Amino acid sequence: MAEFIKKERDFVVPGDEIINSMDYLPGRNCLREGNSIYAKRLGIVNLDGRVISVIPLTGVYFPRVGDMVIGEVEDVQSNGWVVNINSAHSAYLPLSGVREFIDTSKTDLSRVYGVGEVIYANINSVVSANSIHLSMQDPRCRKFRSGRIVRMNPSKIPRLIGRQGSMIMMIKDLTGCRINVGQNGVICIEGEKEDLVIKAIEVIEHESQSEGLTDKISLLLGGNKMPKAPETPHREENHQEFQMEEQEQEQEEMLNE
Amino acid sequence: MGKVIDMIIQKQFISSLASRKMRIDKRGQEEFRDITIEPGVIAKAEGSARVKIGKTEVIAGVKMNVGTPFPDRPDEGVLMIGAEFSPIASPDFEKGPPAEDAIELARVVDRGIRESGAIDVKKLCIKEKEKTWMVFVDIHILNHAGNLIDAAGLASIAALLTAKMPEYDEEAGTVNYEKKHKKLPMKFKPVPITVFKMSDSLFLDPNLEEEDVTSVSLTVTTKDDGNIVALQKGGSYSLSLEEIEKAFELSLKKGEEIRKLLEKHI
Amino acid sequence: MKEFKRDDGRKADELRPIVIKVGVIEQADGSALVSLGKTTAIAAVYGPRSMHPKHKQVSDRAVLQTFYSMAPFSTSERVRPGPSRRSQEISKVTREALEPAVFLEEFPKTGIDVFIDIIQADAGTRTAGINAASVALADAGIPMRDLVTAVAAGKIDEHFVLDLGGKEEEVTKCDVPVAYMPRKKQITLLQMDGDLPPEETKEVIKTAIKGCEILYEKQKQALREKWVR
Repeated sequence: MAEFIKKERDFVVPGDEIINSMDYLPGRNCLREGNSIYAKRLGIVNLDGRVISVIPLTGVYFPRVGDMVIGEVEDVQSNGWVVNINSAHSAYLPLSGVREFIDTSKTDLSRVYGVGEVIYANINSVVSANSIHLSMQDPRCRKFRSGRIVRMNPSKIPRLIGRQGSMIMMIKDLTGCRINVGQNGVICIEGEKEDLVIKAIEVIEHESQSEGLTDKISLLLGGNKMPKAPETPHREENHQEFQMEEQEQEQEEMLNE
Repeated sequence: MGKVIDMIIQKQFISSLASRKMRIDKRGQEEFRDITIEPGVIAKAEGSARVKIGKTEVIAGVKMNVGTPFPDRPDEGVLMIGAEFSPIASPDFEKGPPAEDAIELARVVDRGIRESGAIDVKKLCIKEKEKTWMVFVDIHILNHAGNLIDAAGLASIAALLTAKMPEYDEEAGTVNYEKKHKKLPMKFKPVPITVFKMSDSLFLDPNLEEEDVTSVSLTVTTKDDGNIVALQKGGSYSLSLEEIEKAFELSLKKGEEIRKLLEKHI
Repeated sequence: MKEFKRDDGRKADELRPIVIKVGVIEQADGSALVSLGKTTAIAAVYGPRSMHPKHKQVSDRAVLQTFYSMAPFSTSERVRPGPSRRSQEISKVTREALEPAVFLEEFPKTGIDVFIDIIQADAGTRTAGINAASVALADAGIPMRDLVTAVAAGKIDEHFVLDLGGKEEEVTKCDVPVAYMPRKKQITLLQMDGDLPPEETKEVIKTAIKGCEILYEKQKQALREKWVR
């Protein structure tokens, strides 16, 4: 049995050899050359059965169907809006994606969403690399009329949300702020204690891998230590991230068709 | 229809020939197209040469003037080499300031001539720290049909070797362009040979279509004694040390041949 | 036999002191600072992002654009700000040194912009720039075949020397900057100014490659220092 050169949960950079063995398959962000599997991106080694992949720690947001994102309107066109979602390409919100019926002969689309306005939208379809369609049908979707925008590394968003939303709910409770999180690394905060929220986000971004993060945030925001969780946080984090990786892989397959 | 060279099936055709070490015009891997060297084509220039390699056509012109030497080289002549990729030469050349390819070509040719000591720059000095001859070589591409660096390098050295210096009146401080007698003090004949990689094999002198399927190239400039004076890797891919060693061999051999050809024309 | 010592006391195959810091520019998607002795380069990577102007877009891959520039205060004599022919050539060869490493095909119709600023120049600026750019690209999460690492080598008297310092540029028989992807032993940048027989030129290149292998480990270490807590 071949030895892992980089074990599961090890940090890797592009070019790092993970294992020299034909018994494993290269998954996301990995490549095989000869008998070895190498990392393509900076991240953490993940093993699922016989598939080795690298969970990226950084990189532009990769749009996935179903994600809620916060975007800025860049352009108003005749039948929709071009929206910057902090990804390699801008997304498009077609007329059909908007909840209310709009009669374009009577309504100026820039009155509905104008350039510079910020919306909380849902990714409806990803047809190809540069054809990302948004929709505003989800009940959570809305236009932000006020609030403070903060950006975060999209890879860290799962940590901000926490297991079943536990982290974000705790932050909301302790600060009393309304917080909308976009999977694309954009967050909108409304409320008096928004600077506290921002501090929490900074801590999460810089220390996402440390143990006891939840306690740390809780103390920072003036709460108490949280009761100990049944499972260890990291494995679930990885699992959650890996589930997203699976979705990502499906997305990629669809794109390649 | 777009250019032939943009068509995928054409590129695939050339690549597949290359993988069998064959070429679209049936040349050998190391075979150059026909080379012609014509010195003295521009009467008003101090020196000039038109070089054709296949359909690629380049003119290099030498102009001279008297000026001040560089402060860090007070007893040496000044050499400046520039290149113009005129829009007449190719649909890909745009008018305006030189694009990166033109800048690179000029600098690579410059490196070969400068590093080899081809021109005896000390003999160009008129009065240390104050006056020296300045030599300007301008490369003008007339037709781009591949392998511009080799053609430009050859034209430049041919122009320098056949150039005649105007007279400098030290008292009046003027240059007389009507009287040109003395040849430039030349010591070496550096020749750049670019080796191109297509489908994992190395080739010399690609035509335009072959350049389009080239992944990476290495320009090796050698001088009369077989020394390498300049190197420049080009293209978006990479080379192994073995390929570089092979490229040295190819350019040394071909450089010698072309140097002999040059000698015949001067 | 007296051991060969260079101007600054180094041995022939010794690199100057190396400093690599990752993530020095907050706003950029990826960034790094690399110093080799007194030469310091900072690289910032933005992308993949929408390519502007649109006509420069390529339908099946990302376009890598590289901009190398020297700060006016970086050299003893002030450098005039703005692009020069030298900086344009260096931008081109730097781009061609990085392209073989990046999986451009994964981001069609986008652009990846790499900005390299030399804030202190004491020879080896283009290789310092390439080292910084390569780390910045990894820091930006861009998929790569390998890190690219670079250093220049030369020959002084009878010795093949690694990482030429400022004063050594005057006495070296050749100046050969090399960029290398160690995993597959591929050379992505090779230039030379000099006058040397082919056999010795090969030795100079091999000397540079050994230096690259050392820098490679330093690059990995620096990335780890930023990302692993």
